[in-house]
Amino acid sequence: MIARLLTRLRHLKRWPIRSAGGNFALAYGVVFLLSAGVFLSFTWWSTTNLLDRHVQAGIESDAQDLTRRWVFGGAGTLSDAIEERIEQNVDDDALYLLVDRNGQRFAGNLPGWPVVMTRLDHFYELSIRRYTFSTQAKLKAYALPGGFRLIVGHDVRGRHLLRHVMAETLIWCAIMVSLLALGGAFVIRKLFLRIVHSIARTTAAVASGDLNHRIALNGSETDLVAETVNTMLDRINRLMEGVRQVSNAIAHDLRTPIARARTQLEDAALHAQSDDELRDAIDLAVQDLDRITGIFEALLRIAQIEAGSRRSAFASVDLTALLHDMAELYEASAEEAGLTLHTQISTLPAIIGDRHMVQQALANLLDNAIKFSPSGSQLTLRAERLPNEESTKPTGVTISVSDQGPGMSASDMERAHERFFRAEAARSTPGSGLGLSLVQAIAGLHHGQLTLSHAHPGLTATLTLPLNTAPSSHKTQIVDPV
Amino acid sequence: MRILLVEDDPTVRSFVVKGLKESGHVVDEADNGKDGLFLAVSEAYDVVILDRMLPGGIDGLRILETLRGQNNATPVLLLSALSDVDERVTGLKAGGDDYVTKPFAFSELLARVEALGRRGHADTTTKTSLSVGDLTLDLLSRDVRRAGQKIDLQPREFRLLEFLVRHAGQVVTRTMLLEKVWDYHFDPQTNVIDVHVSRLRQKVDKPFENALIHTVRNAGYILRDPNADA
Repeated sequence: MIARLLTRLRHLKRWPIRSAGGNFALAYGVVFLLSAGVFLSFTWWSTTNLLDRHVQAGIESDAQDLTRRWVFGGAGTLSDAIEERIEQNVDDDALYLLVDRNGQRFAGNLPGWPVVMTRLDHFYELSIRRYTFSTQAKLKAYALPGGFRLIVGHDVRGRHLLRHVMAETLIWCAIMVSLLALGGAFVIRKLFLRIVHSIARTTAAVASGDLNHRIALNGSETDLVAETVNTMLDRINRLMEGVRQVSNAIAHDLRTPIARARTQLEDAALHAQSDDELRDAIDLAVQDLDRITGIFEALLRIAQIEAGSRRSAFASVDLTALLHDMAELYEASAEEAGLTLHTQISTLPAIIGDRHMVQQALANLLDNAIKFSPSGSQLTLRAERLPNEESTKPTGVTISVSDQGPGMSASDMERAHERFFRAEAARSTPGSGLGLSLVQAIAGLHHGQLTLSHAHPGLTATLTLPLNTAPSSHKTQIVDPV
Repeated sequence: MRILLVEDDPTVRSFVVKGLKESGHVVDEADNGKDGLFLAVSEAYDVVILDRMLPGGIDGLRILETLRGQNNATPVLLLSALSDVDERVTGLKAGGDDYVTKPFAFSELLARVEALGRRGHADTTTKTSLSVGDLTLDLLSRDVRRAGQKIDLQPREFRLLEFLVRHAGQVVTRTMLLEKVWDYHFDPQTNVIDVHVSRLRQKVDKPFENALIHTVRNAGYILRDPNADA
């Protein structure tokens, strides 16, 4: 029966209990029972050991004393002493036997010399008959002068009694411990379920659409999970917010050029007087459509970059050469707009990044600066290593573009990286309001950041890129680029 | 030039075919990968234009890989709605010679197709000097002369002029210049390329009677020998 159950268990490929709480409870019960068993066994073992040693020591000292009597008074004195001891032994557990050289019983309360006792200096544990019952005894034999032999022993049935009591205790303990283990297991399972339930309740609420639920922290170890889940929910919330904001913006900002293109085409279809007029209207509509395509492309790019899927193109980028190239490309545009582009580019360490993306980010910053600068003003492209210019082991680089344009108010700066955001002052200039969002996303891709500050007058846009592309801390990874 | 166009969208296909024919090219067309592959391997073309996503199990990249697998070096231009930089890199790695993202301006496509066709015919011997009309570029000493007069150019201006001269008689677009002369693959919002071309014109055309570099409306620029026009 048991063998069949065992083979059945062995055939189960998987542990049969699926509930994590049940398993916890079972493990708890088993550990509790095992420890109780070990504890009680140890108690049993050390107690009987102590008793044994006690009995043996008693026998040894008794025998020594009796041997001394023999030395003083011979067989008679010894026999008297033995009889006296037997008489005074209230517990009736002391055993003696004195025999002469012929094996004749001389004194003592043992009926005869046990056959198995052939050796001296050895404790025998034997079953002996006393009066009408048989009992367990510890015995030792001693040789005396003149062929006399002496047995001193001790009735150890008390120990059996103790064993009985201990065994009974053990059984009761087992029952109690089992009950406690079961109860404990039940409590653990309940606790476990409660923790899981609180997380499950929150995630279920979130799954059904209520993103504002958070798991309550209670100071326990599960807070680690709870905090991670809460952080994750925060991020989901921000991303959702971003998506909402972007879809609103798309609806609004793409509608305008689409409406314009549509109006132009319809107007031309209805009212164009000549082929040339028709062609012009179509050209304008195509330009509007190109703008819409451009916006889509920029949005897609930002989305791709933010998803972090563009890190495959990461390689070592020589920033110094890249910056000089960009400065050369834009210096001409600046000059055409009546601006002077100053460059302060120190020798920079190479970073690990996406060359095209860094170029795009710089192009956007320079485009912006040129767009918003009044004629005759100065632009500055500055690049330095971090933490300071003299450092031999740089941790990163800062690249900044400053203009002397109208600048931005503090509240505009905060919103500047939002998709489609355009400051009041910028409404009249062409642009989609995606430029800085893209720069921000590229900075995020490189674990860097984009900061805007006052240049008195004008605006400074600073791109900070760390050399080490691994996120500097857990926090930066969570910081949402939206 | 003899051009094969493999494109499944009928609107885009007929538009491109019409445009290419108007520009004096002979065009074969296929609307699926199977026919496209058959034509590409059995006929000789100067340029093949391939859409990346095609119905019928054989997409543009497969056609391209098959062609290259047969040591067929016909220039291939990939056409795709996938604008991701990675996609572009994948296409070029598979053996594509150029990549145009949909939606595109026909002038852009035409300029790139003509540039590719020209490259297919270009003699492979390395020249040490280029010349168009009275303009001569010495590629070794980086010396530029027009009508015997030396013109001082910045290194980048030299590369810009070299590219225009190498594509003399062809339209080159601003994006082509940005990609080929500067190796940039982003979309500048301001007129950076126009400014550089206009600077070049100041040096190459302004002091002389005839202009070599011309602006092509809605397309880009063309460098043309004024005497070869007639």
